[in-house]
Amino acid sequence: MSVSDLSAPPAGSPGSRVREVHDSFHGDLLEVSMGPHHPSTHGVFRMIVTLDGETIVKLKPVFGYLHRNHEKLGENVTYLGSMPYTDRLDYLSSMTNNWAYALAVEKLAGQAVPERAEYVRVILAELTRLLNHTCLAGFLMQDCGCSGTPLMYAFREREYILDLFESLSGSRMMCNYQRFGGCRVDPSADWLAGAQKLTDRYGVFLDEFETLLTGNEIIMARTQGVGKLPPALAIGAGVTGPMLRASGVNYDLRKVDAYGVYPRFDFRVPLGDHGDVYDRYMIRVLEMRESIKILQQALAGLPGGPIMDPKAKLRSFRPKAGEAYGRIEGPKGEIGFYLLSDGSPNPYRYRIRPPSFINLTILEDMCLGHTVADAVIILGSVDIVLGEVDR
Amino acid sequence: METPEQIRDRLLARFPGAEITVVPNPGTAAQHSLLLGAAHARALAEFLRDDATLRLDQCSNVTGIDWPEKEIVETTKVATPDPANPAGPPKVVEQKTKRLQPGCLEVVYHLYSISLRHGPVILRLRTGNRTDQAAVPSLTPVWRSCEFQEREIFDLFGVTFDGHPDLRRILMWDEFTDHPMRRDYVEPDDYEWEPTPHGTVLEKAKAHYPAPPPAAGAPAQGATP
Repeated sequence: MSVSDLSAPPAGSPGSRVREVHDSFHGDLLEVSMGPHHPSTHGVFRMIVTLDGETIVKLKPVFGYLHRNHEKLGENVTYLGSMPYTDRLDYLSSMTNNWAYALAVEKLAGQAVPERAEYVRVILAELTRLLNHTCLAGFLMQDCGCSGTPLMYAFREREYILDLFESLSGSRMMCNYQRFGGCRVDPSADWLAGAQKLTDRYGVFLDEFETLLTGNEIIMARTQGVGKLPPALAIGAGVTGPMLRASGVNYDLRKVDAYGVYPRFDFRVPLGDHGDVYDRYMIRVLEMRESIKILQQALAGLPGGPIMDPKAKLRSFRPKAGEAYGRIEGPKGEIGFYLLSDGSPNPYRYRIRPPSFINLTILEDMCLGHTVADAVIILGSVDIVLGEVDR
Repeated sequence: METPEQIRDRLLARFPGAEITVVPNPGTAAQHSLLLGAAHARALAEFLRDDATLRLDQCSNVTGIDWPEKEIVETTKVATPDPANPAGPPKVVEQKTKRLQPGCLEVVYHLYSISLRHGPVILRLRTGNRTDQAAVPSLTPVWRSCEFQEREIFDLFGVTFDGHPDLRRILMWDEFTDHPMRRDYVEPDDYEWEPTPHGTVLEKAKAHYPAPPPAAGAPAQGATP
C-alpha cells in the first residue's frame, strides 16, 4: 500500500489522523467481536467493532442471545399471568416494570387505584430508582477500572433495599407485587419504619460515595468529554430517562405525564450540560438525592385505607375490546406497555417498550472516534439490562 | 392538543391526495389513531414532526400487529313463500353466508412531543396482505428511534420496511426463516434436535449430513450397500 492512500483519515474518525508508517499492515481495519461474554457488556451483548488502530470507525450491536419472545408469552397467558414475567425484563427494577404494566392495564380497563396504593407505588418506585442508580454507578466505576471497591459499596446498599423488597413481597428481585387496582399486600408499620430508616441514612451513604468518586481527578479525566450525545440526536433517537436529561433535555414523565400521585411531591429534575459519560453519572447521583426527597414526603404523607380497590377483578379479568398505551418513568427511561384487547382473557397483542433497547440506537454515534476502552464506559453509562433488551 | 379528526382535516388540507382515516378506539383509554395510506406516509410523518403546533419530535414506540384472514359468518333472515301453503304467510329461513375478511399486518407508531409536552398521536400503517405485499414505507428517515424497532418488526412479524437503512434480523439469528410473532406461527418440532451418531439416531442423522463430494475416478463413498 502506498503512502498516498494513507494520508486521508478514514470516514467517521473525527480528528484522528493516520500516522504515515511504511509497512504493509498500516491502514488496514481490524474487526473485533466484543462479547457476548465480555464482562463489560453487562450480560450477553455483543458489539462488532471495526478499528483503525485503536479508534472505532464502525460499531454494530448484535442482540438476541437472551431472546425468549416475551411478547408471544404475553399473548398466551392471562393479563394477570404476565405480571410475574414483567419482573424478568429489567431484573434490577422489577417494581417499576410491575407498575408500568399495571398502569397500562388500568388504562385499558378503566380501573381506579386507591390512594394508599398510589403512595406505596411511589415509595417502591423511588426505592427502585435508588437501587438501580446505585448499581449503575458501581458498575460504571467498575468499567472505568476502579476494580471492585465502588461496586461492593454499591451492592452493600442495594442489599438493604432488596431486604425491604423481600420482606414486603417475598422475593428479592422477582417481586410480582403490583396488581390491577392496587398492590398485593399492605406494608406493615414495621416495614414502613424500616423504609424510613433506610431513607434517612441513604443520604449519608451518598455523601460517602460522592466524596470518594465525584470529584476524583482520575474519574473526571476518564469520563469527561467521552461519548457526547447532542440533545437533537437524543430526542430524534427516542432516548429517554437519565440519558436524555444528561444531554440537557428537560423531560421527566413524572412531571410531564404526572401519573400516580407525583404532582403532590416537591422535587426537581436534574439536567446535564455536556451529555458526556460524567454528566450521565452525575445525573444519576442527583436523581438519587431527589428520590430521597420524594421518599421522605411519601412516607410522611402515606394515607390509610385499602391497598386494593375492592371492585378490582383479578380472576376472570376480561377488559372490553380496545387498546391502550401506558408509560412511566422507569430508572432507565420510559418503560411503556401497549395492550390490545379483543375482549378475551388474554391480550391480543402485548408489547413492551423497552427503554434500554431503544437507548442503544445511538450507541454507534456516541462511540465513533473513541477508543475501545471508551466504548466500554459509554456502554456502561447507557445502563442496559439484557433481560429487557432481548426480551 | 388537537383531536385526531382535527389533525386529519389539517393533513388533508395540506396533502389533498392522501388517504387518512381515523380509527376509533372503543376502549376506556380512548386513544384514537390515524390510519395512513402507504403512498404519502413518509411526507405526512415529516409534516407531523415539523409542524409548529404539533412538533411530534419523539417516536416513542413502534409495534406490529398481525391480523390473519378471518372467516366471518353472517346470518340473515330471508322470507320465502311457503311451497306447502303458497297463500299463507311466507316462511322465514336463516341463511348463513361466509365471508373471508382479508388479513394484513399493521404497524403502530406512538408519537409524542418533547418540546411541547403532549401526545400521544398514534399512526397506523397497513400492508396489502400477509404474504407478497407485506411492505410499508419505513419512518426511520423521519425518526431515528424507529431503526431498531422496525428491524424487530421485520424480524418477528415479517413486515418489509421500504427505505430502512439497515433492514436485518435483530433478535432471531440470521439463518432463521419464519416470523415467530405471527398468529399462525408453528414452532418446528425438531427445534433443538441434534443428531448423535448411535443406532437408529445415526440412520436418522444421515439424512442431515451433506452429500460428500464425488471423488474423481473412485466409486462414491457409501455407494456400496
